[in-house]
Amino acid sequence: MARVAGFLGYVRRNKGLGVGLALLLFLLLFATAGRLFVDTDDAYPLSAPTNQPPSREYPFGTDSQGRDLLATAVMGTGLTVRIGVIAGSLGLGLGTLLGFVAAYYGGVLDTIIRWVVDVLLTIPSLLVLVVIASTMGRKGMNVNGMALVVSILAWMWPTRTIRAQVLTLRERAFVRVAQLSGESDLEIIFKELMPNLLPFLGASLVGSVTGAVFASLGLQALGLGPMREPTLGMTIYWVMYYGAFVRGMWWWIITPIAIIVILFVGLFLLSAGLDEIANPRLRRKV
Amino acid sequence: MTALMELRNVTKVYSGGLFRKRYTVALEDIFLPIGGERPGILTIAGESGSGKTTMGMLLLGFLAPTRGQILYQGKDLWQMPKTEWMTFRREVQAIFQDPFEVYNPFYKVDHVLTVPIAKFRLARSKEETRALVEEALLGVGLRPDETLGRYPHQLSGGQRQRITVARALLLKPRLIIADEPVSMVDASLRATILESLRKLNREMGISILYITHDLATAYHISENIVVLYQGSVTEAGDVDSVIKEPQHPYTQLLVSSIPWPDPDRRWEREELVARGETLEEETRGCKFAPRCPFVMSICHESHPPLFRTDSSRAAACYLYKDAPVIEGSDIGGVLGRGERVPLEEGQAPAT
Amino acid sequence: MSNNDILQVKDLRTYYHTEAGAVKAVDGLTFGLSRGLKLGLVGESGCGKSTMALSFMRLIKPPGRIEAGQVLLDGVDLIRLSEEEMRKVRLNEISLIPQGAMNSLNPVMRVRNQIMDGIKDHDSGMTKEEMRARVRQVLESVELEPEVANMYPHELSGGMKQRVCVAIAISLRPKVVIADEPTSALDVVIQRQVMETIGRLQEQLGISMILIGHDMGLMAQFVERLAVMYAGKLAEIASVGDIFREPLHPYTQLLISSLPTLSVKGVFRSIPGITPSLLNPPSGCLFHPRCPKAMDMCSQQVPVLKEASPGRWVACHLYEG
Repeated sequence: MARVAGFLGYVRRNKGLGVGLALLLFLLLFATAGRLFVDTDDAYPLSAPTNQPPSREYPFGTDSQGRDLLATAVMGTGLTVRIGVIAGSLGLGLGTLLGFVAAYYGGVLDTIIRWVVDVLLTIPSLLVLVVIASTMGRKGMNVNGMALVVSILAWMWPTRTIRAQVLTLRERAFVRVAQLSGESDLEIIFKELMPNLLPFLGASLVGSVTGAVFASLGLQALGLGPMREPTLGMTIYWVMYYGAFVRGMWWWIITPIAIIVILFVGLFLLSAGLDEIANPRLRRKV
Repeated sequence: MTALMELRNVTKVYSGGLFRKRYTVALEDIFLPIGGERPGILTIAGESGSGKTTMGMLLLGFLAPTRGQILYQGKDLWQMPKTEWMTFRREVQAIFQDPFEVYNPFYKVDHVLTVPIAKFRLARSKEETRALVEEALLGVGLRPDETLGRYPHQLSGGQRQRITVARALLLKPRLIIADEPVSMVDASLRATILESLRKLNREMGISILYITHDLATAYHISENIVVLYQGSVTEAGDVDSVIKEPQHPYTQLLVSSIPWPDPDRRWEREELVARGETLEEETRGCKFAPRCPFVMSICHESHPPLFRTDSSRAAACYLYKDAPVIEGSDIGGVLGRGERVPLEEGQAPAT
Repeated sequence: MSNNDILQVKDLRTYYHTEAGAVKAVDGLTFGLSRGLKLGLVGESGCGKSTMALSFMRLIKPPGRIEAGQVLLDGVDLIRLSEEEMRKVRLNEISLIPQGAMNSLNPVMRVRNQIMDGIKDHDSGMTKEEMRARVRQVLESVELEPEVANMYPHELSGGMKQRVCVAIAISLRPKVVIADEPTSALDVVIQRQVMETIGRLQEQLGISMILIGHDMGLMAQFVERLAVMYAGKLAEIASVGDIFREPLHPYTQLLISSLPTLSVKGVFRSIPGITPSLLNPPSGCLFHPRCPKAMDMCSQQVPVLKEASPGRWVACHLYEG
């Protein structure tokens, strides 16, 4: 109980973290509890009359394919976040592994990994994703497929940053002492180095997820996402496809954009808040 | 007398630089036997750039030599099979300079004591481990209830360094490499820590390699000394005579620069014997020649070998070129002599 | 303290206000610095020496705050000056060579510009030529070649960088210079050379100097009077010879006896116990828990710094009355 109180006390001082968490929590509730209030089938075409502005029956209105936009929003938020989390985690996981290996063992392994990462980073990632996504074909793409595609390029930046962190940690005296105590290399990586990087990894995860969500939105808006699923990105695609701007269907446009804004602001504040925890020097002075 | 560890013609070169390869010779052609049947305390003295820290890292197996061999019990360290390496790890331990950096901030200080016990299987149960840890802490004058269970930042520098010594005590190694163990500790606590090291040597027969730039403490704790300058041995021998009557001009400079805590013994008023620092000079001859007040032409031509100036002294300086030359591992002869009788309090040393 | 003092400190108190409470880093410091004198201030880490130096320079940042006291430089109370007035006084009349100064030189500015920075800020009357001449002059006085002015800090060795810091500190010929561990990162040979340079400079320019450190050996070689600080307060002030030959305060006595000397080999003594917490200091005399001569009153009353004999001040109940 004391820990919760301590945590809340810290959050009160670090307002950014608090607001960020609140926003994300709100979205999470919206996506999960919201399912209790809507029929998820209504998020698919031909569930409702088309092009209806918001009304009592359809609080968010409907779109040109007959989707209940409230259901779409609820489903979409969940799906988009899921894509982001899966891709972000995969990317971070692979990046962490490669970063540790490259930094700790050094030598040829390090050179190879670094070279691959540096080369791949120079390629415009959207281009690569577009190529990959289009070869996969529209029929084959589902939510998990989308996550995998995005994660292909999500591991490179974490590899670099984690490698840099481990490089600095590796030279510290406590690693030497661990070696003198008979710890093996793997033990040192997992028992000595990893715990010290947890705050950094936490912040990196948020960054990773943000990047993944961003990439997936981009792909979907271009029409390369899972066409059948009501993700936020796909909603934007349909908005453009059906010319919602020209037709003045503001209710269709506003919902996904509002949710995306809340999502990104929340992620950003969370990241900044975690930054402060990981780097005590940034902590507010009393 | 077989040495426990030996540096045999060891050279360590660091290369760096992007376009123009820059080579830094940290150590050059070093022969040094360490430890053996009669465990003693040997000081490796030098300023920054002397190579003393590199020597410590080489002896601990953290660095591989560019040339030459590092022997442990007669066997080449870098050709050892895994089991023998583990024995080496257990028998050669270290005490480092920074009392904070040696602790992983994520764990409590107990971690640094319990991990080696587990890895080297020194105890068979939790109780045994606890007993060993407490005994070691008490052995360095610390109270287990005041130190265990705390995080490193909750203890003082002196306490942390003493725990490091307790760790060495616990493992009962055969050799301890102590790299500037007291330079970051307050003056009032240095005595305790150095006294613990002496205890380790006297009571448990552990050899100690004391790496430092502080000749005052070196004088008090060790029997023999090797002075390094830019990677080469300049003088070696019995610590009393080397510090009281240094033979090599560099050692003379070093000793005269020590700020002795005695207002009646101020630095000589005359101009310092050597010229100031120089920027990057490569010489084929003696490395100290650019600064040496006694420099001769031969000093620029070739690097002076170690001349044996006395039964327990040697200096690498052409001023002593009439003395016999010491080859390679014979340096051990200079370091092995001299029965050291511990002095009573207040007793002046016999000349 | 006397009227010949260039600097007079009266009951200075600087506390750091943390979540856990107020850390009394400097708690009632009173002493004087005579003109042209070299005064040493010695104490263990955490005793408040650097805080004192920063307090004199009015460089204390939150959560630290100068709570009370006066610091009179030639009669002017530095604590009461406005920020603008203090800026004019810094470097011009009192300057500081901070700890680790050589690592705080700007790596992308040439030495000349770093020295001129300080001069420009204060002396708007000088022409560019005059400033360059002053830079040359100042480098010469710290025994550096004039070519150094063109160089960047990374091209210089440790000792040379430290000399540049000294040069900056004396560039406007201040009255008082505070040197906080100016040679702690330097090798012993360079240390001697840099200290001797500082000593020569001090004599030539008639600067009054406070040398802060923890190396008693260095104090013995360099200063004329020595002040011993313990846990934010002064324990003893006397001539350096008196401190070494006949220390009065038990802390000073233990400190002196823990120093290695060439005459007696192998004898080690240290001070038992641990340094007191400045957050929750012990009652009465802060040293009493570790003092071998503690009496009953020591745990109740804080001893005041008193003149035990001419020129010798001690804060210890052993010497009262």
